[in-house]
Amino acid sequence: MRSRASFYVLVTLLVLIGAGFTVYRHISLGVPWLPGEQRLVWSIEAKIDFHSQDAAVRASFATPSTQPGFKRLSERTASPGFGLAFVEEPNGRRAEWSIRQASGLQVLYYQVDMLVDPSTFKHTQATPPPLRLVTLSGPQAPAANELLSRAQARSADAYTLARELITEFNRQEQLAQLLSHSQKRIVWLVDLLNQAEVPAREVHMLNLEDGRRRQPLVSYLQVFSGENYQLFNVDTGEQGQTANQLVWEQLSAPLLDLAGGDHARVNFSMLKQDVPVTRMLQDKTFQDRGLLDFSIHSLPLEDQTLFKGILLIPVGVLIVVILRLFIGIRTSGTFMPVLIAIAFIQTSLLTGLVGFLLIVGLGLVIRSYLSRHNLLLVARVSAVIVSVIIIIAIFSLLAYHLGLTEGLKITFFPMIILSWTIERTSILWEEDGPREVFTQVGGSLAVAVLAYLVMNNALVKHLTFNFLGLQFIFMALILVCGTYKGYRLTELYRFRPLSPAQH
Amino acid sequence: MVWSWLSKLAPLQLGAYRNLGQRGMLGMNERNNRYIAEYNPRYLYPLVDNKLSTKKLALEYGINVPALIGTIENQHDAVNLLDIVKNQTGFCIKPAKGSGGKGIVVIVKQQHGQFYKANGQVFGADDLERHISNILAGLFSLAGKSDLVVIEDLVTVDPCLQAFTYEGVPDLRVILFRGFPVMCMMRLSCRASGGKANLHQGAVGVGIDMASGRAIGAIQDGAPISVHPDTLQPLNTLLVPRWAEMLELACGCYDMTGLGYLGVDLVLDKNHGPLLLELNARPGLSIQMANNAGLVPRLRQVAKLTKTDRYSPAERADYSRQQFGDPRPWLLQ
Repeated sequence: MRSRASFYVLVTLLVLIGAGFTVYRHISLGVPWLPGEQRLVWSIEAKIDFHSQDAAVRASFATPSTQPGFKRLSERTASPGFGLAFVEEPNGRRAEWSIRQASGLQVLYYQVDMLVDPSTFKHTQATPPPLRLVTLSGPQAPAANELLSRAQARSADAYTLARELITEFNRQEQLAQLLSHSQKRIVWLVDLLNQAEVPAREVHMLNLEDGRRRQPLVSYLQVFSGENYQLFNVDTGEQGQTANQLVWEQLSAPLLDLAGGDHARVNFSMLKQDVPVTRMLQDKTFQDRGLLDFSIHSLPLEDQTLFKGILLIPVGVLIVVILRLFIGIRTSGTFMPVLIAIAFIQTSLLTGLVGFLLIVGLGLVIRSYLSRHNLLLVARVSAVIVSVIIIIAIFSLLAYHLGLTEGLKITFFPMIILSWTIERTSILWEEDGPREVFTQVGGSLAVAVLAYLVMNNALVKHLTFNFLGLQFIFMALILVCGTYKGYRLTELYRFRPLSPAQH
Repeated sequence: MVWSWLSKLAPLQLGAYRNLGQRGMLGMNERNNRYIAEYNPRYLYPLVDNKLSTKKLALEYGINVPALIGTIENQHDAVNLLDIVKNQTGFCIKPAKGSGGKGIVVIVKQQHGQFYKANGQVFGADDLERHISNILAGLFSLAGKSDLVVIEDLVTVDPCLQAFTYEGVPDLRVILFRGFPVMCMMRLSCRASGGKANLHQGAVGVGIDMASGRAIGAIQDGAPISVHPDTLQPLNTLLVPRWAEMLELACGCYDMTGLGYLGVDLVLDKNHGPLLLELNARPGLSIQMANNAGLVPRLRQVAKLTKTDRYSPAERADYSRQQFGDPRPWLLQ
């Protein structure tokens, strides 16, 4: 009684920790509750082609990074013969191809997967570029100054100034015409905004449309107000970024910096894909979140598959606890059904059941022969183990030669456990008769099938694998089950009232 | 899937659960959680889980047990069996750590190197040696641990119980709670149980009135019966001989082990009187069916007693005879 309070504190603590980790994984990493959930991923391919003049080639290409609205997943490149490196430079992260000698038409491919993450569209913040003041001179200076002063008169802040400036460019067609002789409109816009002490720069955007090929990048004007920014269409003055616009390059660096080649062209093609979240979690970018993460995904792939099975065991164990304490089913070997259920997961149910009955049945026949000889227990069980292995080998061979590949899966059974099951069953048969054998073996199989059905459920698999916190909750559930003092379902029958009339 | 099935049955079940509770039936979970876990300290288990230590302890406390003929501890000693039993007509081979009557072989007669079981089945020496080697390897022990073989003297059935048994020896199972007998049952072997007195193997369980030692009801395989299936003796004529003495002997086993929830198995030997056969720290629940009464009210009553250490075994037996007498007539009449 003295430990009652501390026990419930422990259980509550386990539930809280488990629920905490689970909800944390769901909210912070966006791991969905349901296995089938999918996310939108844009697969974008940049094709770079150029002619090289039989010389050493160095091509530096801007790559997009994680940004509001999009998270960069994996990148791939195809460029036979070229050396490749991703380098972080002051003007962004760039892919650098290099080759000692190349001649003729060269084609480089860069492919990136961008995950659509709509929740982050609103957070548009970046470090503003330094102001670059240019002294306007020459014949265009008065025109430019006039545009700027008109816009300034009608504006209140950085964003309205940018919008009004673009409106002025559209309205004063002749002035705009005059200015465009010396440099592009966007360059003028950046210069004039800087003149008005508003940080601004040119960014390269890609309009995402499913299945489009040969798309160019589009220049947009990025205007800062403190840390916040807004994007402007330089032709229409339209403000803001739509969900389908990806910033490819935002540091006003050249998209492609090519040495040793000419006639360079860059084309983009893109594809929209629905990717299951579970597959996306495998991606490296979802890992490295520190210790709090507790994700199986940070393990090597091979260990992950191992853990997939291991993390299901508590589910099976919980089922055994429930069936034994609340229902009262008798099994041969407390947790043997869980191991059989795990084997069923590997083999599929029907193959597993047939395999189990074959192995145990034949094992019992062999065991009954062995029992006629005066063998020591350890030797006898060992002999049964070897027989089980021989049975499995023969069945696998037979199945293979008969073209039944399903039969090969029989090797997934836990052989030592099966051998002990055979030994115990055989003793049970001798001592308590076949009825008890059928009760216990039947009970074990029923529990195994039930455990299999639950453990093989896609939702259960998804939840146990992705939410380690659930293990704490299983633990708490099992502890609580352990305090149950009520009747078992089978006891309703066992202790049913006796009526003399029955006799 | 299971849950929907369960919820369909729920209304029916709630009533059934309540019914069991009203009848005071002790369920397996409650026995394990409330009584065994709280009243039986783990470190005392070896005393009762090993028949040899039980026997030694009983001798220390002056409680009579069947005479020990010998023990076998190693595989290579198995051949000594013939030596050990050469002066015995009948004897009994038991695994020291066995449970539920598993692994017990009773030899009533040996002749020309042949060993006869009570049912006339004949064993050769090599059959017995194989059995002994199985016991030593731990086949019958609780956790498969290596075991030792206890060979003890055969119990001769008291003549007044002879009519109630087929082949085996009837034994008296007493459940003691904090040293007070709370329920009793006589276990009668029959053909279906293969001469064994374990209810799950098909033996007959006869509920016994605590006050008088008289039979009040009987079950076999969970169903009520009124005559012994083999001897056809009416079971309501069963009256445990030397009842007070038997009950007092059972009470003494509490002081010997200190286990609060204890099953005591006693036999009545023709020559030696009441003997302690074995103790059980996890006694079964079928005794409630034989008595058609639940253990819970009696356990609760005993749990409320204070200063129980002032009672002597005889006083505890008296207390139970007065408190737990069952005035019901034979249940099936």
